[in-house]
Order: sequence, then C-alpha cells, then structure tokens
Amino acid sequence: MKRALLLVLLLGALWAAGAILPRVVNPYFFRILMLCGINVILAVSLNLINGFTGQFSIGHAGFMAVGAYTAAMISLHGGQSSSQAMIAAGVPPLFAHGAALVLAVIAGGTAAAIAGYMVGLPSLRLRGDYLAIVTLGFGEIIRVLLTNIDAVGASRGLPGIPGWTSFFWVGTWAAAVIALSVNLAHSTFGRALFAIRDDEVAAEALGVNTSAYKVMAFVIGAFFAGVAGGLYAHYDSYLNPNSFTFIRSIEVIAMVVLGGMGSVSGSIVAAIVLTVLPEVLRPVKDYRMVIYALMLIILMITRPQGLLGTREISLRRLFSRKRPKLAA
Amino acid sequence: MAEFLQQLVNGVTLGIVYALIALGYTMVYGILRLINFAHGDVYMLGAFTGYYAAGMIGATQHPSVGKAFLVLAIAMGACGLLGVAIERLAYKPVRKSPPLAALITAIGVSLFLENGGRILFGADPKFFPQIIPARNIPLGAGVTISNQQVIILGVSLTLMFALRFIVMYTRVGKAMRAVSYNHTAAALMGISVDRIITFTFLIGSMLAAAAGVLVALQNPKIEPYMGILPGLKAFVAAVLGGIGNIPGAVIGGLVMGIAEVMVVGYGTPTYRDAIAFVLLIFILLVRPAGILGKHAAEKV
Repeated sequence: MKRALLLVLLLGALWAAGAILPRVVNPYFFRILMLCGINVILAVSLNLINGFTGQFSIGHAGFMAVGAYTAAMISLHGGQSSSQAMIAAGVPPLFAHGAALVLAVIAGGTAAAIAGYMVGLPSLRLRGDYLAIVTLGFGEIIRVLLTNIDAVGASRGLPGIPGWTSFFWVGTWAAAVIALSVNLAHSTFGRALFAIRDDEVAAEALGVNTSAYKVMAFVIGAFFAGVAGGLYAHYDSYLNPNSFTFIRSIEVIAMVVLGGMGSVSGSIVAAIVLTVLPEVLRPVKDYRMVIYALMLIILMITRPQGLLGTREISLRRLFSRKRPKLAA
Repeated sequence: MAEFLQQLVNGVTLGIVYALIALGYTMVYGILRLINFAHGDVYMLGAFTGYYAAGMIGATQHPSVGKAFLVLAIAMGACGLLGVAIERLAYKPVRKSPPLAALITAIGVSLFLENGGRILFGADPKFFPQIIPARNIPLGAGVTISNQQVIILGVSLTLMFALRFIVMYTRVGKAMRAVSYNHTAAALMGISVDRIITFTFLIGSMLAAAAGVLVALQNPKIEPYMGILPGLKAFVAAVLGGIGNIPGAVIGGLVMGIAEVMVVGYGTPTYRDAIAFVLLIFILLVRPAGILGKHAAEKV
C-alpha cells in the first residue's frame, strides 16, 4: 500500500516536472538535464555488470546502439503510422505517442538484452581483461556493421525519428533501473552477484550458479542500455554510428568507477557530474577536454575508490535520528 | 598469385607496425597488469615529434638516410622521456589502487594527450615530409616492395631483436622478468621495482614512437587523433598473442596486419576495422588466453 502510494507520487511528480520544467528552464539546460537522465540509466545499468558482478565490460555503447537502432527502426516502420492511426481514432496524442515510445523502447531493450546474452556467454570462459577486450570488440563490430548496413542509413546516419522522448519517460525509466538495482542489491540474486564479484571460486563452492548469474547480469544491464539507446534515439531524432564508438563506452565506465564500483547512488552522482562537467567547462573552449582529462586523473589519484566508494546515500539514514550502526 | 604475394608483403609491413605498438602494451601489462590506454597517443606523439624534428634539422629540404635516422632517434628519445613522465606523474600514484582506478587514469592520460595535442599542433592534419623519397623495388613475379616498406621492416626487426636481447640477456631484462612474476619477491631480491617499471615505460614508449615515425613515412597524413584506432588494434594484437608475452605480441601483430590487408584486398574495405575484433573473438573462444598465452591456474 505504502509502496503503491510512493509510486503514484513519484510518477505524478515526474509528470508535473516534465510539464513545468521546459517552460521555466532554458532549452540548453533542459537538454543537459535530459542527457543526464539518459546517462544515469546507462551508468546504473553498467554498474549492475561492472560494479555488482565484477565483470569488466567495455561494450556498453554497443548495447546502447543495438537498442537505439532497433527502437528507431520500429518507430519509423510502424510505430509512427500506428500512433497516428490511434490519434485519428480519438486517443489523445500524449498517450498515443507514449504507448508507441514504450513499445519501441522495450523492443530496443529486448534486442540489446539478446545481444547481452550472446556477449555474456563467452564471459563464462573469459576473465578480467580478456572479457573486457571481447566486449570492446563486440561494440566496435556493432558500430562497423551499422556503418555498412544501408537500411539503417549506413554512415549517413538515420534521420527523422519521431521526437517522443519527454522528461517524464526519461525520469520513469531512470527510476525503474534505480529501483531495480537497489532492490536487487538486497535480494538473494544481488547477494549472489556480490559473491561472484568478491570471489568467484568461493561463490561457486557455496552453490551459487555463477554462469547463470553472470549471464543474467549481462542481460539485465544490456536491456537497460538498450532502453537508454531507444530514449536517446527518440530524443535527438537522429542516429549516427559514430555516436557509439568505444569512447562512449569508456565515458560510461568512467561514471561507474568515479561513483564507486557497486554504489548505485555513486553511479547516479557521477553520471550527472560527468555530463555537466564538460558543459560547465564550455567557456574555456579548446582547453575544455584537457581540463576534463586532468580532473579525471586527479580524481582517480586522490579518490581511487570513487566518490562514494561502495557506500550508498540513503534517504532513510539521512532522516533518521539514530544512525544505524554500519557493519564492518 | 602475384596479387596475393603483394598483399602479403603489405600485410606484413602493416602487421610489424602493430607488433611494435603491441610490444609496449604487452610489456606494461606484463609488469603492472595495466592496460595503458595512452600508448596509442604516444605513437601519435612519436609521429609529431618526428615531424617537427625533421623540420628543425632540415631533413625536409635535403633528405638523407642519416637525417632520417636522426629524426627517428629524436622521436624515440623524446617519447621515451614522455613515457617515463606519464608513469611517474599519473600511474605511480594509483599503482596500489584498484585496477579499474588505474585504468580510468590511463584513459584520462589518453584524453589529455589527444586534446593537448590538438591545442599544441592544431586540429588540421599535418603532412609528414618525405624524408626518404619513395622508390619501388621489384621482387620478381610481379611483386614490388617500396624502399619505405624495406625501412619499416628493417628498423622494426632490429628494434625487436634489440628488445629480445635486453629482456633475455641483460641484468635489467632479467629484473624485468622477475618483476613481471612477482613485485614483492623481486623487491626482496634487491631489485628496485620502481626503476624497472620506469625502464619498461621508457622502452615501450620508444618503440611506439618508432612505429609512429615509420608509419608516417608511408602514410604522411598525421593528426592528433591518429593514435586511437592503431592503439586499439595493437592492444587487440597483444591480447591475441597472449598479453604479457613478448613473442605473442609480435605474432598477434602480424596476424592482425595480414588479416586486415587481406580483407581490404579481397573483401569489403569498409569492414577493415571490424576484422580485427572478429578474429579476436574467434581466437579467444578457442584459446581463452591468446595464441601463446599460458592459462594460469586459479588459486583458491
């Protein structure tokens, strides 16, 4: 009961914010806000693979690309016309577009999840840096394929995707992946993932089916990366294979590591910091990326465990008078 | 047949350059377990130092073989020192940190060098001077090799044999091998681990700089982002051969170079950047530790 109320309140707040914000905030800030939301989804989903399970993946841009292109193609070939048919039949445009977006995004997420399954399988044989380089290779292969498939615009890119992504949808999906991660962390499933991260052999000896959990982590992480891709496609209305180079994957990894491996709130904070930072540095023009790089190095030297380490920011702990004792 | 042999010659030339870069990756990985993402950018800086050195010593107007080697030596020296500086300033402070923190630092260094290079050299591509005028040498059966390719092969092989000599037959090489097994044990045997790591960065960066100058001889267009893709492919080559393994890096580089040239020659050129990774995934599925890599037994 309490949870349902919370959910309704959250959705209502997101809806209201989505309605008010574009009117009071200038479009540039609003764009950064939307990109923050999409990056939060990416970082939190990668945190499931890298932070929770300890599987080092550098292919998140690849999953994002799969989701983005699948969602975009569905909207262009069917989604757009059916939403127009719904509007003609008297459904309010907001609902028609929302329904079409949700379908496209879920399809994109599913396609990415299938890709995640296929990448997750070799992860059973490979460890550490070898796995990293296979996921990196997967991302690059996807990008080269997209550059060569004429049906999705090849290197010209894919224009004309309906711009349905609104603040409400980005917020809802971000809330979904955050809620999933937090609940996962406190579930049997999440404990199994942590066990695999901390010591795979010991986890296996205790009866954790490491293979199944590792692949599942990949599938869930990839699904939300695909969702982020789908939202991004319907926000910018244009996709280009060059948006999904391995540099993009590395940006997401930087968010997870900077936030503190395994910390959900850390990933959120770092995703926002690393999205806003390059924008804040815009006035220094050419020196922007140099300063960004230097700050990355200095942050890693001064706080190698990330901004939050493995700790979490918890509202309950902030508000309760008696601080609960932390287990050592 | 003639065409195939010609492709093979070109493939080996490309592959030997990948191998030179891969050696730096594999040595640093062998000793620090760190993927040195900035290595491809050292290769880029090698080409740029060569460019400016050639202008300064007048190799552009009056090319000669001696001046070409001087350019190569200056680039290698400068980048070797740069490699040492990177290690001391950026990597040493994170050596005791979790591996991923070190990796992000490496990525930071890479971004720093690329964007710093863009400010320093300008975003427009520069054209490396013809310090050795191109000339084709027929090899018979319709196959030709350019004198630049001969230089690339000759210099690369010399450097590789020099590296092998250093690693296998000198005191410092023995120390490098010891450190790559176990830092603590090596330190207990009186080896200065810090100095060995610095030395590794010095020679790794020198090899990358040499690769930069050699490639620029053949493809004169140089720009600050030129190191990203060759760096990535060279790293893949190192993994392919078995990372941390020096002969493995050479074999991996050659396999990658030949495969890439064959795909361009007989298949679709637009897939040239994907072939490296397809090959990698197939080889890793069969041999999870690379071609020459040894699968370490896991200790419980």
